[in-house]
Amino acid sequence: MAAEPFPTATNKLSLIDKLRHNPKTGLWLLLSPGLFWLLLFFAAPLLVIVLYSFLTPGPTGNVIWQFSLGNYARLFTESLYLNAYWRSLWMGLVTTLICLVVGYPLALFIVRASPRWRGILLFLVLIPFWTNFLVRTYAWMIILNNNGLINSFLTMIGLPRVSLLNTTTAVLIGLVYGELPFMILPLYASLDRFDFTLLEAASDLGANRFKSFLRVMLPLTMPGVAAGSVLVFIPTVGQFVVSDLLGGAKVDLLGNLLQRLFTRANPPNWPLGSAMAIVFMFVLTVLVIVYFRVTTEEDR
Amino acid sequence: MKDDIAIEMRDVVKRFGEVIAVDHVSMRIRDGEFFSMLGPSGCGKTTSLRMIAGFEYPSSGEILLNGKPIGRTPAFQRNVNTVFQSYALFPHMTVAKNVAFGLEMKRVPQSEITKRVAEALDMVRLSKFADRRPRQLSGGQQQRVALARALVNHPDVLLLDEPLGALDLKLRKEMQVELKGLQERVGITFIYVTHDQEEALTMSDRIAVMNGGKVLQIGTPTEIYERPNCRFVADFIGESNFVPGKVTAVNGESATILTNVGELHGQCPAAVSVGSEAVLSVRPEKAILTSQEPAPGTPNVFPVTVERVSYIGSDTRILVRNGSDLLFNVWEQNTRSTVDRDAYWQQGESGYLSWPIENALVLTD
Repeated sequence: MAAEPFPTATNKLSLIDKLRHNPKTGLWLLLSPGLFWLLLFFAAPLLVIVLYSFLTPGPTGNVIWQFSLGNYARLFTESLYLNAYWRSLWMGLVTTLICLVVGYPLALFIVRASPRWRGILLFLVLIPFWTNFLVRTYAWMIILNNNGLINSFLTMIGLPRVSLLNTTTAVLIGLVYGELPFMILPLYASLDRFDFTLLEAASDLGANRFKSFLRVMLPLTMPGVAAGSVLVFIPTVGQFVVSDLLGGAKVDLLGNLLQRLFTRANPPNWPLGSAMAIVFMFVLTVLVIVYFRVTTEEDR
Repeated sequence: MKDDIAIEMRDVVKRFGEVIAVDHVSMRIRDGEFFSMLGPSGCGKTTSLRMIAGFEYPSSGEILLNGKPIGRTPAFQRNVNTVFQSYALFPHMTVAKNVAFGLEMKRVPQSEITKRVAEALDMVRLSKFADRRPRQLSGGQQQRVALARALVNHPDVLLLDEPLGALDLKLRKEMQVELKGLQERVGITFIYVTHDQEEALTMSDRIAVMNGGKVLQIGTPTEIYERPNCRFVADFIGESNFVPGKVTAVNGESATILTNVGELHGQCPAAVSVGSEAVLSVRPEKAILTSQEPAPGTPNVFPVTVERVSYIGSDTRILVRNGSDLLFNVWEQNTRSTVDRDAYWQQGESGYLSWPIENALVLTD
C-alpha cells in the first residue's frame, strides 16, 4: 500500500498557486460582491416565496408546515383570482397599446426636432420623474374627482358633472400617464438610430407614407417597440397603487389582491399570496420571451 | 425617341429660408441621354436632382416629365427612380426583397415579380446573392443592388446621386464603364450628379456645369472642355492658365485683351464687350515650350525660365515664369522612353513659351 503524501507546505502552496494562475479567479473575485448581493436579496427571497407557496395557511395568519398544492389549485379554480388575472393582463395590454399609439408619434416628433428643441423636449418627458409617483397619482385624484379640476370646469361652462374617479378609465389614465416615458425613451433611442433616407428610398419606389411606415420604419424600430412594451407591460400588470387610489374598490387587479393577502386580509394568507406571485412571474416571463423572439431579429 | 425631352426644368427656384439653393435653373434633358450635373459642393446639383425625384418641391418654376408637369406630384407617384449616394438599401430585407420592393408597391403579380427580380439581378451580375442581406455585401455589390432595385421598375428616368463616391479609385473606374454600358443597353435617360469632372467627362452625353445655384453652361464634354463660356467653367474643368486684362477689341468670334505682358488674342465662346475685365485662358497641354527661339512670326512668344518641374510619368508638368507678370503651366507628353536627364526640362533652364492663337480663349467671369 502506497503511503499517502504527508500534507507539506509545498502541497498547500500548489493549490493557492493554481488559483492565482487561473485567469478565471480574477473574474470570480470581481463578480463575487454582485453575486453575493443578488444571492442574498434576490435569489434567497425568491426561494422563500417558492417555499411558502407550497405551505398551508393557518387560522391566525400564521403558516403551517404542511406541503400541498392547495394554493395553486385555488388560484386556478376560484373566479376571484382568475378574474384578477384576466383584468390585469387586459389592463397591461390596453395600457401598452395606448402608450405605443401615443408614444410613437411623440418620439418621432422629438427625433425630427432641431437639436436645441430635442434636449428641451426630452427634458420635459423626464421632469415628472423628479416628483414622487404617489404624489402625482394623488394629483390625478384631485383632477378627476367630482369637485376636481375637470368637473369644476364642466360646471363652469354649464355641462353636467362626469364621474371620472373610481373607474377603469381613471386607472388607465393614471397608468398611461405614469408609464408613457418608459415607452417614449426606448422608442426615441431606436428612432435616433434609424436612417431616414430609407423612407425617401421607399417613397422613391412607390410607397406612400403609410406603407413606408409599415414596411420600413416599424420593422426597423421593432427593438425599441419591444423594449418599450415590456417596460410598460410588466409594471402595469403588477400595479396596485394606481388601481387602489384611482380605481378604489371597483378595480381589482392582481397587485391589489396580492397586497390584501399579505397585509390587509383578515387573516393574512402568505402562502396563497406567494403562489399567486409565482404563477404570475411565470406567466410574465413566458410572455416576454415569446414577445422578444417574435419581434426582434436574430443577428447572424 | 431621341429628340424628345424627358425632363425639363423651367426657371426653377428653390429657397431654404434665406438661402437660394437653386437660382432660376432651366435645362432640357433629352430622352435616352446620359446627362450629368457637375459642380462643387453646394452648387445646387443635388437639390435639383431631389426636386426631379420629388423629395423637395420647387419654390417656383416648373418641372416636366415627358411634357407633363410633376413639380408638385409626391415622389411615390412619379415614374422616376433614384440611386442614392449611401445606397439606402433596406437592411431588414434580403437583396431579392429589396429589388422586389418597387414592384410590390405597384401590386405587380408575384410570378412576374420573381421573373423581373431575377432578370434585374442577372443584369448587374448578382444572381447568386439574392438571399443575402445588404450588410453581407461589399460596397460595389451594394451599389449594384441599388441599381437593380431602381431599374427593375422600368422608370422613365433614372437619377443617380454621386453613386460612386464611396468606392475606391479602381472600383470607381470599373463602375463608370459598367454604368455607361448599362445605360446604353437599357436606353433609359440617366441623370447623374457628381463633383468629379473626370467622371462627368468620361460618361456623359452632355454636362450641365453649375455653381452657386445657377447653370453656367450645358454642352457635350468636348464643348465644355474646349469652349468653356466663362472663367469658372474653364477653371473647374481640367486646368487652365489665366492671364488677366481688359478687352480692347472684339472681332466677331475673337477678341483682343490688353494684359501686363502686352496685347493677346483669343477666341471668345461667349459674348464679351470692349472695356470689360477678362482673362486669356490657355490650357497647359495646348502651350508649347521650346529651348530654341521659335521662328519669327510665331504669335504669343515669351522667353521664360523654368521654376518647377513635376514628373507625372506619362507627362511632365512644367511651371515657367516670365518676369513678375506671367506664370504659366505647360504639360508635355512623354513621347520618348529615355532616362537621359538632359532630355527632360530642369529647374532653372531657360526656354521659350508660345501657343497657337486658336488655343486661347478670352473669358469673363
